[in-house]
Amino acid sequence: MSNGQSRFHVPAPPFRPGDAPDFSHLDLQKAGEAKRPDPLTASVKMTDLAFGLIGVLDHNHQAVGEWDPRLSPEVLREGLSHMVLTRIYDARMLKLQRQGKMSFYMKSLGEEAVAVAGAMALNKSDMVFPSYRQQGILFARGRNIVDMMCHCISNSRDNLKGRQLPVHYTWAEGNFFSISGNLGTQFPQAVGYAMGCAYKGEDTIAASWIGDGTTAAPDFHAAMTLASTYRAPVILNVVNNQWAISTYEGIAKGDAATFASKGLGYGLASLRVDGNDFLAIYAATKWAADRARKGGGATFIELFTYRADAHSTSDDPARYRPKNEFEKWPLGDPIERLKNHLIGLGEWDEDRHAKLEEQMTALVVKSYKEAESHGTLHDGPLSPTHTIFEDVYATEDWRLRRQRQDLGV
Amino acid sequence: MPAMNMLQALNSAMDVLLDKHPETVIFGEDSGYFGGVFGATQGLQKKYGLDRVFDAPINEAAIAAMAIGMAAKGLKPIAEIQFADYIFPAFDQIVSEMSRLRYRSAGEFVSPVVVRSPWGGGIRGGQTHSMSPEAFFTHVPGVKVVVPSNPYDAKGMLIAASEGDDPVIFFEPKRIYNGPFDGVPDAPLSSWARHPKGEVPEGHYRVELGKAEIVREGEACTVLTYGTLVHVAVNAAEKAGIDAEIIDLKTLAPYDIETIVASVNKTGRVVVAHEAPRTSGFGAELAAQIQEECFYALEAPIFRLTGWDTPYPHAHEWAYFPGQARFIRALQTVTEAR
Ligand SMILES: Cc1ncc(C[n+]2csc(CCOP(=O)(O)OP(=O)(O)O)c2C)c(N)n1
Repeated sequence: MSNGQSRFHVPAPPFRPGDAPDFSHLDLQKAGEAKRPDPLTASVKMTDLAFGLIGVLDHNHQAVGEWDPRLSPEVLREGLSHMVLTRIYDARMLKLQRQGKMSFYMKSLGEEAVAVAGAMALNKSDMVFPSYRQQGILFARGRNIVDMMCHCISNSRDNLKGRQLPVHYTWAEGNFFSISGNLGTQFPQAVGYAMGCAYKGEDTIAASWIGDGTTAAPDFHAAMTLASTYRAPVILNVVNNQWAISTYEGIAKGDAATFASKGLGYGLASLRVDGNDFLAIYAATKWAADRARKGGGATFIELFTYRADAHSTSDDPARYRPKNEFEKWPLGDPIERLKNHLIGLGEWDEDRHAKLEEQMTALVVKSYKEAESHGTLHDGPLSPTHTIFEDVYATEDWRLRRQRQDLGV
Repeated sequence: MPAMNMLQALNSAMDVLLDKHPETVIFGEDSGYFGGVFGATQGLQKKYGLDRVFDAPINEAAIAAMAIGMAAKGLKPIAEIQFADYIFPAFDQIVSEMSRLRYRSAGEFVSPVVVRSPWGGGIRGGQTHSMSPEAFFTHVPGVKVVVPSNPYDAKGMLIAASEGDDPVIFFEPKRIYNGPFDGVPDAPLSSWARHPKGEVPEGHYRVELGKAEIVREGEACTVLTYGTLVHVAVNAAEKAGIDAEIIDLKTLAPYDIETIVASVNKTGRVVVAHEAPRTSGFGAELAAQIQEECFYALEAPIFRLTGWDTPYPHAHEWAYFPGQARFIRALQTVTEAR
């Protein structure tokens, strides 16, 4: 490691385009091996959970170990259905972006379980503070798909009046906080919201998600400090999907053993979870929510996953990582894993799965037709032009009134 | 002379700097292996190595602070903030530290850092990829603020900035990375290859900071602007048939007072134009300064053509952007005022 002299050090990822990816160095804890402590256990008594990997689904797609949340087949099928919808929705929206129907899009391919299982393990009254890659939460919470699409194509029915980039959703009614384009800002805000819940003596909690790259941001450390200091009822999730645009996770992690282990120094309960395992994410989130509601304070969760597609429609991942890296990803595909689990239970089969996919495709296609009938960014109609002057303040002041008149709207 | 677009010119400037000055280091989010999300640093890591051009964590404050520390040790850092909209986490390090290090240490420590950042709207970036936050920085004593409007200046000014002794905030109008923009969004993109300022020398040259350029001479009024709007202004003047004198400020701090005063004294009429919101924008500074120095020469109120006092909207971007129609109206208003 050292030759006795300090050297300028910049970390580099193990594989670049042209290399054969090989994740055998990861040495991942096996499903079922992690202990499940009582949710009110002191963080110092379960530090091992920050270094291991909480998993429930094993190689044979069976649920094993203490973290098995023992969900009913109905709940499992619901989860599968939201994940399938998320994937089909994403694929269709990408296609539409390529056709020029919207300016930009971001998929969550390969990490659908993170959002869907996380949302399903929370109460709908809990507030979520997501990043742009947890659209699955909206499906799990029953957001109208037409409304989601109207936002993405910035048309006359966009609830955000054409102000936000696509996928930067807001849905107050669904307790889905407004997504910012500025990375990480939601993390400490979620803690503040959770403190508000505690202040008001309510049973609700908050949860937030950021990417591995964003753990480097000042707001990450602000959130961890606040969550620890005020023992806020919040769940702080890091979605470690290995890549921050072209930058691999090591640029944010440095020499830390795991992202989860960063929570320990703050005194937070810190879990590292198989992010492609629906059951494990569900169980860990439920555990953390329990801890928060019972006064045990915040939990910091690393969801270990892989971003299978491009960062966004402006990105070409083939320029910075091997094309087949995802195929070598040891934790597999979250949808395939849950599907095979259900099939193993005798609660699902390939026919039903194909039918589900057909149904969801039809729903997405039909919804888009309806969304498009309210206009598109390209051809309009958009929200009326004068709306650009609304909501800057609660009421328009003379400056905005004059500027609006100047524009003639 | 080779034709280059702005990205190639910036890349060439950094190539020259890395080659000529071993203490030059370049870093930012995605700036290393990938070469930056717009490609400004493409190929440089491969050519100069991982410890000259490298990826930084997503922490703009850390990027600015690291640059200060490196500069204090005698390195010449060029730090990239991926979008100017994301410079605010670095705000404290820039305005409280980078800008004042020389002053507070009475010259014992200095921080000659260049902070590069894609800036401005017109690329459907929505409110978080379209801002022009220059006025926040022109308000800060101790930093220079630069906004080039073409490849030739971009290269020459980046070299001058990095070879200078002061911190420089170097804003790059991303709408014109690939070609000048006349302010009509539906018009086909023209290329820098067909523009005289797209001819860029290969090697080392400098374009002095603090100097404006008269890009179009005229008698009817003076237009003071910078960045993307320089091209919109030229096209608007041509289209409206108004004999406007158009000045590309290029450097906003310190701005070129002599060129401005001489022009205003000649024309007596002024349009100041920028994309950023109007209130407390850089145009307000220009208007106030002109009022102090040229009051008796003025024949009409100074016209401020700006973005609105709202965040930059995604869908209504062209109602926000001061494009051709609004520019022409501004020129007419100022020249027709009696
Ligand atoms: C403060 C800030 N800096 C930079 C950016 C530009 N940016 C957008 S996404 C991104 C990478 C984020 O990576 P990560 O946190 O790992 O999340 P992922 O996209 O992998 O889900 C960057 C640098 C931004 N949006 N905000």
